[in-house]
Amino acid sequence: MNELVFFINNVIVAGSVTGSIYAIGAVGVTLVFSIMRFAHFAHADMMTFGAFMVLLLTLAFPGAGAFLGLPTAVVMLPLAMVLTAGLAVGIDKVFYKPLRAHGVKPIVMVIASLGVTLMLQGLIRVFAGTSGENLYVDDRKEIFRLALPFESVRAPIVVTEPQIILFVLTIICIVGLHLFLSRSRLGKAMRAMSDNPDLARASGINNNLIVAVTWVIVGGLAAIAGTLLSLDVTFKPDLSFFLLLPIFAAAIVGGVGHPYGAIAGGFLVGFAETLAVFNWGVLLRPFRDSLPEWLANAGNLAFVGSEYKIVVPFFILVAILVWRPTGIFKGKVI
Amino acid sequence: MVPMIDVQHVNKAFGGLQVINDCSLSVRAGSITGLIGPNGAGKSTLFNIIAGALPLDSGRVLLNGEEITNRPANELFHKGLLRTFQIAHEFSHMTALENLMMVPPAQAGEGLFSAWLKPGLVRSQEAEVRRRALEVIDFIGLHHVRNELAGNLSGGQKKLLELGRTMMTDARVVLLDEIAAGVNRTLLGDLVENIERLNREMGYTFLVIEHDMEMIARLCDPVIVLAQGSVMVEGSIEEIQNNPEVIEAYFGAPQDATT
Repeated sequence: MNELVFFINNVIVAGSVTGSIYAIGAVGVTLVFSIMRFAHFAHADMMTFGAFMVLLLTLAFPGAGAFLGLPTAVVMLPLAMVLTAGLAVGIDKVFYKPLRAHGVKPIVMVIASLGVTLMLQGLIRVFAGTSGENLYVDDRKEIFRLALPFESVRAPIVVTEPQIILFVLTIICIVGLHLFLSRSRLGKAMRAMSDNPDLARASGINNNLIVAVTWVIVGGLAAIAGTLLSLDVTFKPDLSFFLLLPIFAAAIVGGVGHPYGAIAGGFLVGFAETLAVFNWGVLLRPFRDSLPEWLANAGNLAFVGSEYKIVVPFFILVAILVWRPTGIFKGKVI
Repeated sequence: MVPMIDVQHVNKAFGGLQVINDCSLSVRAGSITGLIGPNGAGKSTLFNIIAGALPLDSGRVLLNGEEITNRPANELFHKGLLRTFQIAHEFSHMTALENLMMVPPAQAGEGLFSAWLKPGLVRSQEAEVRRRALEVIDFIGLHHVRNELAGNLSGGQKKLLELGRTMMTDARVVLLDEIAAGVNRTLLGDLVENIERLNREMGYTFLVIEHDMEMIARLCDPVIVLAQGSVMVEGSIEEIQNNPEVIEAYFGAPQDATT
């Protein structure tokens, strides 16, 4: 039973955490693609930027969270979302809008976004340095240990406070996005725009407004994802390098341009990563006596070493592209 | 009387190809004006310029006396200028009914704030739009497929949906780009009837590109013939059909029988 708890802690909890972050990240990538038809590489850096804003705000207003009984970083998150949304709209105005006005091919936009990635990353490093920072500046990370009511189980299920916040916020984001896209006129206009931009324009939908709204949503979601990840581990200026690949894999696996697909893809990639590096030998331990000797004495039975974790999304990506090139859900349109 | 659409000395070239060549024409308010011409005469290009889908090189376009040169299509929509597409466009991932419901302008749910602050208003407006959409879908005879995804409809049904879209809002002028192509004969009769009714009862002005001469003859007065990017002749359908220049443009120079 202790082994099962170990499994829950290392796979179910850890996988949901990684999956949630990938899912929210991938939704951002997919929204940009569905409206503007290009792969936005700078998305992961918007996530870093959001987390960095939270860090700065937390340093500036220490103790603000104590009022509400939440970590200061979480209280500062809405403000950071606004700032990141502003950054996203600003980047679009300065870098992407002139290119769109010239009617360039999508690949030019992709390269431009790559440039924005490098620029943002450099900027964040100039101010944040290169080392990791804990987002819990003034308060302590709460850790909840849920002991199971079985006598043989000694190990508790461990969930930390940021992880609970993460689960709650992920659910809010997904439900909120769904309601927005399916119920509100503006969300429907976004769907219309991604479906047929010419007809949307001829139906009186202002494409500039839709693009701006998209960036606001994308920026806000990026700030949430970046902050949640930094809360769970630490804030690092080079966060984006480790996020970019799995997020793109998640978006493509789910079918680019399809938000629900991106959510599914995020969890798929997240769980695949944790399952791949999980030491399956642990689960075999209780049956040690009945197993052949070579299996019983094997030390680490993970599929890949944890240092190769980053390979897993690639593998899934290639597999999906071969097996179902448009993604699990058929992509392209919200 | 101020013309509904006034095109003044418009030029448009694609690369070295001068598609619209110092073209001037006007569409009388309340008329159903036909625009015909051989392939490559520049009809669709001119349409796209008027509808704000293509920038022009030089010249002016006026809508009811107001300059609309190079204004984007979404702005023109709110000024009451609507268009259909030669190849039917639809929101393929929405149902036929939802397609129609996308159209009406300036709904409360469209603003960022009213969507959240005035849910009652949004809901009552949406109910009104739905009622209108159901009426229109009955009118164009697509009631039985109203909940199908528009992408799955047939070509002719998509054309009807295009016409239905123009009925969802109070348009002043509608540009119809080959609305009859791909629509079967019985439906075509309905289509013509609907256009006439909209013109008579709602006061819509129509500018119609069409290859179907029967439909042009039945519907349009006056008819403008476009050739090589400028207006060749304008007049009633009888005048056009008997005009030697037009016959030459369509069928080539007459063969001299004596040689």
